[in-house]
Amino acid sequence: MKQHDIVIIGGGPAGLAAAVAAWDAGVRDVLILERDDSLGGILNQCIHNGFGLHTFKEELTGPEYADRFVRQVEERGIPYKLRTIVADVSPERDVLYVNSEEGAVSVRAGAVILAMGCRERPRGALGLPGFRPAGVYTAGTAQRLMNIEGCRVGKEVVILGSGDIGLIMARRMTLEGATVKLVAELMPYSGGLKRNIVQCLDDYGIPLRLSHTVTRIHGKERVEAVTIAAVDEARRPIPGTEETYTCDTLLLSCGLLPENELSKKAGVRLSRVTGGPEVDDSLETSVAGVFACGNVLHVHDLVDFVSEEAARAGRQAAAYVGGTSARQGRTVTIRAENGVRYTVPQRLNMTDEPEPVTLRFRVGDVYRDRSLVVRAGERELRRVKKRILTPGEMGELTLPAAVLAGLEAGAEIRVGLED
Amino acid sequence: MERYDFDVCVVGAGVVGAATARELSRYDLRLCVLEKEEDVCSGTSKANSGIAHAGFDPETDSWMARLNVRGAELIRELCGPLDFAYRQNGALVLCFDEEEIPALRALYERGLRNGVSDLRLITGEEARRLEPALSEQVCAALYAPTSGIVCPFGMTLAFAENAADNGAVFRFLTEVTGIARDGEGYCLQTNRGPVRARFVVNAAGLYSDTIHNLVSAHKISVTPRRGEYMIFDQEVGGLVSATIFQMPGKQGKGVLVTPTVHGNLMIGPNAESIDDKEDTETTRAGTDEIARRARLSVPDLPLNRVITGFSGLRAHGTTGDFILGEVEDAPGFFDAAAIESPGLTSAPAIGEYLAGLIAERAGARKKEDFLAVRKGIPEVAKLPPEERAALIARRPDYGRIVCRCESVSEGEIVDAIERTLGARSMDGVKRRVRQGMGRCQAGFCTPRTMELLAEHLHIPLEKVTKNRPGSELIKE
Repeated sequence: MKQHDIVIIGGGPAGLAAAVAAWDAGVRDVLILERDDSLGGILNQCIHNGFGLHTFKEELTGPEYADRFVRQVEERGIPYKLRTIVADVSPERDVLYVNSEEGAVSVRAGAVILAMGCRERPRGALGLPGFRPAGVYTAGTAQRLMNIEGCRVGKEVVILGSGDIGLIMARRMTLEGATVKLVAELMPYSGGLKRNIVQCLDDYGIPLRLSHTVTRIHGKERVEAVTIAAVDEARRPIPGTEETYTCDTLLLSCGLLPENELSKKAGVRLSRVTGGPEVDDSLETSVAGVFACGNVLHVHDLVDFVSEEAARAGRQAAAYVGGTSARQGRTVTIRAENGVRYTVPQRLNMTDEPEPVTLRFRVGDVYRDRSLVVRAGERELRRVKKRILTPGEMGELTLPAAVLAGLEAGAEIRVGLED
Repeated sequence: MERYDFDVCVVGAGVVGAATARELSRYDLRLCVLEKEEDVCSGTSKANSGIAHAGFDPETDSWMARLNVRGAELIRELCGPLDFAYRQNGALVLCFDEEEIPALRALYERGLRNGVSDLRLITGEEARRLEPALSEQVCAALYAPTSGIVCPFGMTLAFAENAADNGAVFRFLTEVTGIARDGEGYCLQTNRGPVRARFVVNAAGLYSDTIHNLVSAHKISVTPRRGEYMIFDQEVGGLVSATIFQMPGKQGKGVLVTPTVHGNLMIGPNAESIDDKEDTETTRAGTDEIARRARLSVPDLPLNRVITGFSGLRAHGTTGDFILGEVEDAPGFFDAAAIESPGLTSAPAIGEYLAGLIAERAGARKKEDFLAVRKGIPEVAKLPPEERAALIARRPDYGRIVCRCESVSEGEIVDAIERTLGARSMDGVKRRVRQGMGRCQAGFCTPRTMELLAEHLHIPLEKVTKNRPGSELIKE
């Protein structure tokens, strides 16, 4: 069986940044496996700008942002395979991939980096009643059809869900001459970034109806209308509040789900909250030598943070195959509580000379003027005041080295909100 | 010149029409199948429970009882040579109330009378040993090991393709609008011109009353009875291994919980009589109802793992049985009308029966060159890696995965479009190779599949439809 030091599954932003970082850390035998026609992943269909403010201090489009990393990969001569799907990963890190040129090939990897991204929650999983006509698309599928295939998916549009792709598509379709009648959101708050609500809805006069859902899809062959209703606290439609909007298209932007079918085959333990692997601060999963980064780990709002996280995964995978991993088997677990839904990482490695660790987290509701507090037992390790925290914006919190140095292996620290 | 275009014209390319055409194609008869939709398997045949019933349920001596038991035998016989997915997984009929045990016993005895083999009455505990996910409330069950699950699309396609391979002509988007007596036979008016045939088979499903009533003074009526279903992720497909029925009781016929032949879990159907034969809407009330009732059998149903829902329309007749055979006041016109459950299971037997009648009336002889075997599209991802690699070496497009959830390659999609009676729409591709049937529900593979359809049908992308005309995916 062929061997590679590091096999990276996925050539989107996470996989690319991981590859570059692993190379720069000295590993020369890195292989990227990408299922699509080109590197760059979903960024290729994100032709709007707003990418790279953190990484490059400038506003790039998705393809431009991807291109920066693709060039870094090309400059280093890191090999990659396109139109190549990974069919299996074993806990021993045997990777089976399939493509037209080579057929089905097994390779053994010194380390595997999972960077498969996420998928959109489809209509069926939302249980939207009504007919099943043409014209019901997840926002990302519509985005691909418009921006890559150059197709016009609809003229009169209703959007369910205020995820970022849905918001971006509201603007995109408006600019292409479609009428976006409204965005309905089941929750009492938006799932997207504030800036997208302002730039994609408010600027175009598209109403956002919070606590509303679709209760009926009309039209046997093609969408003819959708009925929207207000929902109560239990998110059940309130009878009598129904309003029917004629439209030919319903876009769904109701959540992204990390795509971890391969991770499960590798035996990786997944978080029930994020849907992604549970990792330590080196982004190593429960399976030794298997790392995860990007949207397969947890769904991000900004690609800049994906790149940063993935670079860390790349460096740590390099350390793992180089035998210089700092991991010593002593860990501290992190528990999210009191309004904090999860943190990534979920556990920390204790080392003699700890480095600061950045925790990323999401909250489960909109919170104003709270403190984010980290505790070990009753002891307060860190407290940060937050003016506003929303589910649509990922938060971050750094644990300084001094705090980590004081922790004992086997301890649990808790991250939660307090008044 | 020959007065008739065809010896036999079958109206409807659902499972009954396809099975009948396939049986007729054994004979030296010129056959034609007219279908108003763009593809085979586009009505009731595409949206049902996918069960090959054992046959204990129908009243003894009814058409339903006889043809169900025979149909189940034929499905077991044919799934190999015709290459469609079938698995004999057994079924349990659950009883939740001690008082209903006599009724369960009556069902058992009816099954014996109907000729169903290996039936057993078992205790609630035995049932839970067989199926650990079952409710504690189950006090007894009827176990029918010969019950099976079948791919309704796969079976219908297999019959239709094999019929076509044996010479049957299929005409799609062809709707019968009138039928007139024409000498010894009939002239069928369609939106695409007249078709003359000596014999007619009415396999028009929900519209079998309309077709029948065009030729007979003895009117029949078929009403749509809607049933809703939910499909779960394959990851929870193993929650039950047998098909779990409920005792028909105060709440009606009961909702089933079953694995599908493709490894998903499915629940449904409820039963709602409606007026509109096109009304395949799902409803919140229906979804809630099947979930609630399925939970009586399997309390821990993972409802957060539902990937899709749909509803199907049963062609419900008023006689309580199939309406089958030559119509009294219309010689040469044969009904296969009001085919509701167990219609899918019975279909091959209906075909066998009707083809026999017609062949005899026509004085037809069996063909010597009848092709009894049909090969389906290879499921490349299910092959061992070496075989998969060998296949990809011959056909590189088998190595390019389009639908990642169901591991469907470009080559399989091309096959679906290019083969006998190939797919003409997205749904047609889906039913042939399962593209888009997985957990992302075609989110990723829609654009590429559209391109492949456009390329291989030689049509522009904006003409690609989900199913019938009017369901174009792109809005120009």
